[in-house]
Amino acid sequence: MLLSEILRMAFRSLGVNKLRSFLTMSGITIGVFSVIGVMTTVSAMRGSIETGLSFLGVNMFQIGKYPNGIQLSGENRRRVEQRRNITLEQAQRYRQLMEGWSDVVCLKVFNRDGPVQVTYANRKTEPGVNFGGTNEHFLAANQYSIEAGRNFTPEDVDLGRPFAIIGQDVLKRLFPSESPLGKMIKVGSRTYTVVGTFAAKGSNFGQSQDDIVMTPITRFLSDHGAARFSITIATQAPSQEVYNETVDRAITAMRMVRSLQAEDENDFELYSNDSLIAVFAQVADIVRAGALVISAIALLAASVGIMNIMLVSVTERTKEIGIRKSIGARSRSILMQFLIEAVVLSLSGGMVGILLGVVTGNALAVWLNAAVVFPWDWAAIGLLTCTIIGVTAGLYPALKAARLDPIESLRYE
Amino acid sequence: MIAPLPPVATARSYRPPGSLVIRIEGVTKLYRMGAETVHALRGVNVEIRRNEYLAIMGPSGSGKSTLMNMLGCLDTPTGGRYDFNGKNVAHMVDDELAEIRNREIGFVFQTFNLLPRSDALHNVELPLVYAGVGPAERRERALEALKNVGLGDRVHHKPNELSGGQRQRVAIARALVNRPSILLADEPTGNLDSRTGEEIMALFEQLYDQGNTIIVVTHEEDIARHARRIVRLRDGLIERDERPGA
Repeated sequence: MLLSEILRMAFRSLGVNKLRSFLTMSGITIGVFSVIGVMTTVSAMRGSIETGLSFLGVNMFQIGKYPNGIQLSGENRRRVEQRRNITLEQAQRYRQLMEGWSDVVCLKVFNRDGPVQVTYANRKTEPGVNFGGTNEHFLAANQYSIEAGRNFTPEDVDLGRPFAIIGQDVLKRLFPSESPLGKMIKVGSRTYTVVGTFAAKGSNFGQSQDDIVMTPITRFLSDHGAARFSITIATQAPSQEVYNETVDRAITAMRMVRSLQAEDENDFELYSNDSLIAVFAQVADIVRAGALVISAIALLAASVGIMNIMLVSVTERTKEIGIRKSIGARSRSILMQFLIEAVVLSLSGGMVGILLGVVTGNALAVWLNAAVVFPWDWAAIGLLTCTIIGVTAGLYPALKAARLDPIESLRYE
Repeated sequence: MIAPLPPVATARSYRPPGSLVIRIEGVTKLYRMGAETVHALRGVNVEIRRNEYLAIMGPSGSGKSTLMNMLGCLDTPTGGRYDFNGKNVAHMVDDELAEIRNREIGFVFQTFNLLPRSDALHNVELPLVYAGVGPAERRERALEALKNVGLGDRVHHKPNELSGGQRQRVAIARALVNRPSILLADEPTGNLDSRTGEEIMALFEQLYDQGNTIIVVTHEEDIARHARRIVRLRDGLIERDERPGA
């Protein structure tokens, strides 16, 4: 008998009990949906998250009091919070120690006193501007570039001049129709002269990177109280080849600066784009594993449901089986008919699940500004799994149907 | 509603018997019911030739259902020999029996046994599906078979949209669609009123005239009288094998 005939039969008899078929399918749909949805979201977001986490320039690593990208809790959190701040003196000492090895050492610190509003004349920005202090290497460290005006000079930083470089969002709000260069903007009660603007950078994780005002770090600390801030230091290795060596030197230099004894642990964190991405990958792996476990359980339950409904179906259709056998259906044809029915049930449930999963996952991805993806590999695995489930759950009921005695089943009412 | 049929032939036609289709020799059938053994057939001998119109009669418990199942290759004998078209089917396996049922035997049941959710056309096509006939030819042959039983205008009706007599006609069309060697009917009028029953028997007459070999299993004398030969069973043995009016 042709497969197309058997398929037609399967669809015909599944169509008879539409609600029952739908309910049985939905178990598979939920199982497949959960895994495909999560896999789609993770794959779609991976790209944007990796770009987002790669905010540091090439061959750069960063040293700070807090680890970046991980939420600490309990013991670890307390340990980190008890660390001493990295002071400007320590950071400058570190920079001196690294001199001759790395020329690009960026010191930076960001405001953490709540929303910052910037004003010029009678115009003002929304509260929530990123406001910080840094030195001339900020451009290299955080991958910014200057659009108009100039970067800070080492002299600006040494002398703590009240200068500012502003991002495009701030520029558009405060200077819609005039050049900002040389103008005085106010942040709180302090006044800064705009010397340059950053070129647009777009947003990251839904947050604009152009809503920014930077000042020389010395100025920032003297305006806002040096003791309250811990400096973050970005260091660029001269090349990829000496990256690891640079990291080793940086750790040694930092330990000297922090006056650590040989037995002391590092009381600072060192991280790079790669280490941040690795952390993300770890989290993504955990999410994936969780999705796999959940959908495995859902699919197991669904396959029990399929087997159950197929057993009911065989009993209900005993007479039909008798009729088919009496007019010449072989046992194998009956076996195939019921097996294919189970597979069709499971596969169509799976296809709906894949569709829903891909749509939902991508909707989430689009909402988070990530690219749309179709997880072919997971879809293929999903369909294969559904086929296996259909065959496994349908085999026993189908065997039962095929083995029915034609005389007995014709008599069945 | 029902296409007009010729009245029951008063002058009965006789067609000369053809080649041997069925030969049963010393066939026995034992059933175990718990500790008891039931001898349903105790050694039956019968030969049936092409072009015969034969009735198998007997009271309940006489073994006629068992014999019918055997003749229809739904069951195999415990002992003895059963040749169908020269092939011994007594020791055939299930798939071989299915093949014989599909190609050589057309069943007509008391309760019609149509697939309730399929229309008349699909019911009649079904044996051809299992015979591996392609869709176009299948449809053509099924339509022809339905026309032949006077249901050319009812092909897309489902069984519950048809009267009892029409259902039985669909069943007869299904039985004949694969051009079997024998038409095997088990109490074909048992679920029909007497008028409709007569119509079905008239159809059988017509089919006999067209060259079909017909075996009717019944306990009703009125029905058996339509046949050209009556085999009477009692207690698992053939009591009489008569050819009334021959």
